[in-house]
Amino acid sequence: MSDPLARRWRPATFLPESDNRDGSLTFVVSTLCFLACLMALTVLASNRAVNTWSDQLTSQATIIVRPRANETPDLAAARAAEALAGVPGVTEAHALERAKVEALVEPWLGDISDLKDLPIPRLVAVDLDNARPAAPSTLAAALKVRGIDGIVDDHSIWTRDIARSASIIRWVCGGVFLMITASAGAIIAFATRAGLLARREVVEVLHLTGAENLFIARLFQIRFAQLSAIAGALGAVGAAGVGAILRLTAGGGELTHAIPILWSDLLAVAPCPLVAALVAAIAARVTAERMISEIT
Amino acid sequence: MPEADLKILAYLELPQQAVSKRKDRLASWSDICDMHSFFRTAGVGSSPLTRLSANPFATDEVLRFDDVSLSYGRHAEALRRISFHLKPGSFHFITGASGAGKSSLMKLIYMAVKPTTGRIELFGHDVSKVSARDLPFLRRRVGVVFQDFRLLDHLSAFDNAAVPLRISGRKPDSYRSDVAELLTWVGLHDRMNAMPPTLAGGEKQRLAIARAVVGRPEILLADEPTGNLDADMSERILKLFTQLNRLGTTVLIATHDLAMVARSGMPVLHLEAGRLIRRGSGVER
Ligand SMILES: Nc1ncnc2c1ncn2[C@@H]1O[C@H](COP(=O)(O)OP(=O)(O)O)[C@@H](O)[C@H]1O
Ligand SMILES: [Mg+2]
Repeated sequence: MSDPLARRWRPATFLPESDNRDGSLTFVVSTLCFLACLMALTVLASNRAVNTWSDQLTSQATIIVRPRANETPDLAAARAAEALAGVPGVTEAHALERAKVEALVEPWLGDISDLKDLPIPRLVAVDLDNARPAAPSTLAAALKVRGIDGIVDDHSIWTRDIARSASIIRWVCGGVFLMITASAGAIIAFATRAGLLARREVVEVLHLTGAENLFIARLFQIRFAQLSAIAGALGAVGAAGVGAILRLTAGGGELTHAIPILWSDLLAVAPCPLVAALVAAIAARVTAERMISEIT
Repeated sequence: MPEADLKILAYLELPQQAVSKRKDRLASWSDICDMHSFFRTAGVGSSPLTRLSANPFATDEVLRFDDVSLSYGRHAEALRRISFHLKPGSFHFITGASGAGKSSLMKLIYMAVKPTTGRIELFGHDVSKVSARDLPFLRRRVGVVFQDFRLLDHLSAFDNAAVPLRISGRKPDSYRSDVAELLTWVGLHDRMNAMPPTLAGGEKQRLAIARAVVGRPEILLADEPTGNLDADMSERILKLFTQLNRLGTTVLIATHDLAMVARSGMPVLHLEAGRLIRRGSGVER
């Protein structure tokens, strides 16, 4: 207890400093913040993964070559590769050997290396110029001019699928994020009610002494904002810790990993304490103001 | 005038020379009004306060009850058809047996309960018509010593006494010497840092009184303020109330200490089973 006449003295706050519910409330809010931060990291990582995959897919095209009756599949593929290599917007085109194609279809057909007569279509892998990629129609035209029967697959089906999954992930994460925010607000509102009832004698004395409702509400607002800022920091640090573990164990500098987290992504959790404090402040203020005008 | 009393008057922002010059002339009504307005304007700043303070003497009444009844439940009627008014600067006791309705009357005045029927005017404002926004500013002009003290247990005696000042936005540096002086005056100088649960009954009561007067209210309500005090302290408290009254504060004290009432010679409003029976002269001095 400090001496009120001493130089550095400050009065005590109107609400008791701590409450026996504080521990569990901090735990719940920090858990919610932790989940929200994980959600943010998930969105960042999935966005990065999607971008990497679609970049790779759009810079490539595959040509399925059907040999004419009078030529071998290898020859047809070689001719197609040669035809495509000269097209503007193509950096490289090479025919895949039969063994490679067999390896590609193995997951579906099993080992077919002994079935020499099976008409396996030959594939030509085309690397496109990233800056000015050749259009699929250009590639098809080039084949037609040389009289090659081939189907151009520019991977657009795959990129569309990936983009769709990515946006689903974003929407789901966004929805979960809103639900977490709403629950945090609801929990703070609940705690404010309990706090107001527990401190009813304080509220009544302040009220009868001429405190405005807003003055009293602000006491609860500040209190729960502070508590939530701390809980938010705890949750953020926890989520950043999980992110760091993922980065250290799964990431090796390569961006093509399933969970491509960068160290800089971990900064995304930084606003968490502020957002938590803001949500708590609004929830506590609204609840307290409404309740004070009810009970007094 | 003893030195301590002069000091507390000085705290109450009245220049000492003015006090010593005026004290023998205070009986005159116009002087009281004069000092009252000086006293009141000393701390007026914010706009709702100014709005509520506008022309307080227009009705020449601080408080008016018009046919006021109060029922808590369906059956129990605590107060029945009460009518009276208080002039600014008057001093009254409310007497009556336990359960007669003294505390209920006080609660109506400090706006903790609303009248079931009838009309209450405080400083010329119909309390049932004052907006929720202005109500707190009306309450700040009323000082209350609650029968059950209502001290805040987690705040030191000093912080408890300072509550009204903090509520009206005063900064700690601007009030701490005032509060310390007031606490010294009520004999709590060595208990300033004590928490209320550690205070004796009489100390709690004196602290409650300090909190009620620290904001320099225009009307002071005290519900059994000397119930836990020995005769000596009761006498000092009564003197404090008398001095505040001389500075223009309207004082209303509920008590069943009839000896104190008799000693003071002040007018009495007597309650019996919720009915007001006027006693004494009831006259403004
Ligand atoms: N909150 C309440 N609810 C119901 N009845 C009450 C309440 N407060 C007081 N009363 C009743 O009102 C009457 C007056 O009480 P009160 O004003 O406290 O009298 P006093 O202060 O003179 O002792 C009593 O009969 C009491 O029982
Ligand atoms: Mg009583």
